[in-house]
Amino acid sequence: MELIIQDLGFIIGTTLMYSTPLIFTSLGGVITERSGVINIGLEGMMYFGAFAGAAVAYFSQNPWLGLLCAALGGAFWGLVHAIACVSFSAEQIVSGIALNFLGAGSALFISRLLFDGATQTLTVARKIPQPLDFLFGEGKMFPSSGFMDLVFNRFATVYLAFFLVFVVWFVLYKTKLGMRVRAVGENPEAANTLGINVTRIRYGAVIMSGFFAGLGGAAMSIAVVSRFSNTLISGHGFIALAAMIFGKWKPQGALVACLLFGAAKGFEIFLGSKGVPVAGDILAMLPYVLTLIILVGFVGKTTAPAAIGKIFDKGDHS
Amino acid sequence: MAAIDFSHIAVEMSGITKKFGDFVANEEINLTVHRGEVHALLGENGAGKTTLMNVLYGLLKPSTGTIKINGKSLNIFDPNIAIKNGIGMVHQHFMLVESFSVTENIVLGNESTKSFGILDTERAEEEVVHLSEQYGLTVDAKALIQDLSVGSQQRVEILKTLYRGANILILDEPTAVLTPQEIRELVAIISNLTKAGKSIIIITHKLNEIKQMADFCTIIRRGRHVDTVKVSEVTEEELAAKMVGREVSFKVAKEKQNPGEKILDIRELYVEDSRGVMVVNGLNLQLHKGEILGIAGVDGNGQTQLIETLTGLRKAKSGRIEVLGKNITNLSPGKIINKHKVSHIPEDRQKRGLVFEFDIAENMILESYFKPAFSKRFTLLRQNIYKNAATLIEKFDIRPQDATVQAKSLSGGNQQKMIIAREVSNEPELLVAAQPTRGLDVGAIEYVHQALVAQRNEGKAVLLVSFELDEVMNVSDRIAVIFEGKIVGVLDADDADEKEIGLLMAGGTA
Ligand SMILES: Nc1ncnc2c1ncn2[C@@H]1O[C@H](COP(=O)(O)OP(=O)(O)OP(=O)(O)O)[C@@H](O)[C@H]1O
Ligand SMILES: [Mg+2]
Repeated sequence: MELIIQDLGFIIGTTLMYSTPLIFTSLGGVITERSGVINIGLEGMMYFGAFAGAAVAYFSQNPWLGLLCAALGGAFWGLVHAIACVSFSAEQIVSGIALNFLGAGSALFISRLLFDGATQTLTVARKIPQPLDFLFGEGKMFPSSGFMDLVFNRFATVYLAFFLVFVVWFVLYKTKLGMRVRAVGENPEAANTLGINVTRIRYGAVIMSGFFAGLGGAAMSIAVVSRFSNTLISGHGFIALAAMIFGKWKPQGALVACLLFGAAKGFEIFLGSKGVPVAGDILAMLPYVLTLIILVGFVGKTTAPAAIGKIFDKGDHS
Repeated sequence: MAAIDFSHIAVEMSGITKKFGDFVANEEINLTVHRGEVHALLGENGAGKTTLMNVLYGLLKPSTGTIKINGKSLNIFDPNIAIKNGIGMVHQHFMLVESFSVTENIVLGNESTKSFGILDTERAEEEVVHLSEQYGLTVDAKALIQDLSVGSQQRVEILKTLYRGANILILDEPTAVLTPQEIRELVAIISNLTKAGKSIIIITHKLNEIKQMADFCTIIRRGRHVDTVKVSEVTEEELAAKMVGREVSFKVAKEKQNPGEKILDIRELYVEDSRGVMVVNGLNLQLHKGEILGIAGVDGNGQTQLIETLTGLRKAKSGRIEVLGKNITNLSPGKIINKHKVSHIPEDRQKRGLVFEFDIAENMILESYFKPAFSKRFTLLRQNIYKNAATLIEKFDIRPQDATVQAKSLSGGNQQKMIIAREVSNEPELLVAAQPTRGLDVGAIEYVHQALVAQRNEGKAVLLVSFELDEVMNVSDRIAVIFEGKIVGVLDADDADEKEIGLLMAGGTA
């Protein structure tokens, strides 16, 4: 019994840990798509954020500064996407694909410059801290490696992610700004006739999506692990995108979906650690297979914002 | 009619010219509207009425010309400036966020908030309720737009402008999509608004509405100002003549003709709507060669579903539809169109009639692209396609005369002409026309009616569905009255009487 509870704690703990980067990134997806702009460049922005976070944390020895710079780095690529898609009416998918290459390429380029030609950073001295650590251990409130420790002794990014789900939900549904963002994503022409600046709203939303994807990347590189490497992100941005769709473009929905994908990863690690006779490569496929199954089988008819991906043209430039 | 304050000029547009590329949509137009006045804008489809109003509302920038609002010269380059100066516009195509509530749509862009930009939904709802009571515009503040009737959606649009304190209201074809009952309500609303000192600019193609509501009328033809008249001093015929530039006949000329063999035979048809409610209830109908059969009825009595079933867009629950003796019940639209020669002028031209992003030529071959004239093996014969379009544009007087223009940039009337050109050129045995003149100017209506009669004279059958009783009585040879999904009476158009039909439409017995 004891053992089963501990196993359960282990699975929940790893689920939380691996869901966190996805949660940040898919929140970014929710924000941009709610404003009507598709951003499949989240993967690249996450990739860049993972690198920037680790590099800054390594040199400054300050994980918080790393996290901030990761977010700003992601936001920068978000700005590029916004310029292409909003100002120049570029095809959003194409710009997104380009950004996936640009985000990853620029991260590797800078990495080679800073780390002697390596496509990975060195291990950071200080990772994102675990704020509740003082509660666990010998003679503390909870024993170490017990259920409570496994579940609740998590990196600050985990708590931040949950908090931001609430914040994004609140802003989108309870504030003036959020209502305008949703209106622009549903019917930009209508918003325009009411004097709402569609361009400005979309710029803000796309930049914020990059900001969140950057956070997601750093949540991977300086919390889950302690350095950036070129295979670290490998598709997490796309899984976050799928989670957003599975979550029906809602922050709380995206949260549930990310937890599900995180759980798949948790199981993979759990089964691996128990030495079940299944090849590790097969286990590692679990989250991706789950993504496919869910998208094909369970999402069904979703309600995307009505104006998603459509170019808004004020119609008159003379 | 409310008192007009002639000492106060609310809107003064002078010398407005608007060009789209080389095309001049407005040329040197002047418009003056006083406080408390209802001013109608009349003009053919594509004359430039919407364009002129978009200029006033700041959605389009005029190439030249000046605008004064309440005596103040303004450069309105943005709707925000128009809104700030008390101008509100209800657009020809509604500008509503379907998934938002009535209140959210009304306050959007002008939200009442608590601190930190948090929405104050309760206060907003109270304001909306208050405003709707003040002007007699009944709406459910909490309902979602997508669940509302067109009439209610329009009230939301009007409330949107009033909420922003508009004193000058632009209504772009507000009655085109309304039922007669809703139109009566709108007339009352407009009179409430002018009593409150507001000025109204209304665009409509219905001359009787102009006579009924407007004080003055400005007529525009092909982008140019023709005349501004005092409505009480002109007749409907004079208005029509000024607008089209020639006499328009309101009566459709047609020779008596003996109908031939049976083309359409509908027996005991039952159809459900998308909510699963049976809306066509054992309908029987026969139609012959060389005959126009008009279906008269109040909106929502199963007309839409009947037509959808007839054209293969909806499945019948039971019953049988035959065309020239062959069963077409529940066949695919493609088979019905091409094998059984049934053409369809759909009710909703934007959703079903056209591909907006395609150009005129491409829209013209939507049903015949695979025919040898237009395609060979795997390629389209573009030369033939554009030649075909040029012929149809000429024959049906579609403007602009350019086959490469996207369907969406045509005016409503010209979009309708395109559809008619395509459907008629497909040489159908049976032409199903649903609300074919909705939103059209009197000249275009005359044209459409003539096209329908021409089909009939060629020995084809025409099924006309319209909510305008005048139209049905004018054009048809026989009139079938539909009520709650059943034909409750068939009358000969020559000796049909409006009262009798009205009574049948309301479910009474003649
Ligand atoms: N954005 C645009 N670009 C190019 N041409 C346009 C544009 N908007 C309108 N036009 C053209 O300008 C002309 C006037 O259009 P407008 O919509 O003002 O007509 P309208 O009088 O409102 O007609 P309707 O009664 O059919 O609504 C039309 O020929 C139309 O094709
Ligand atoms: Mg118009």
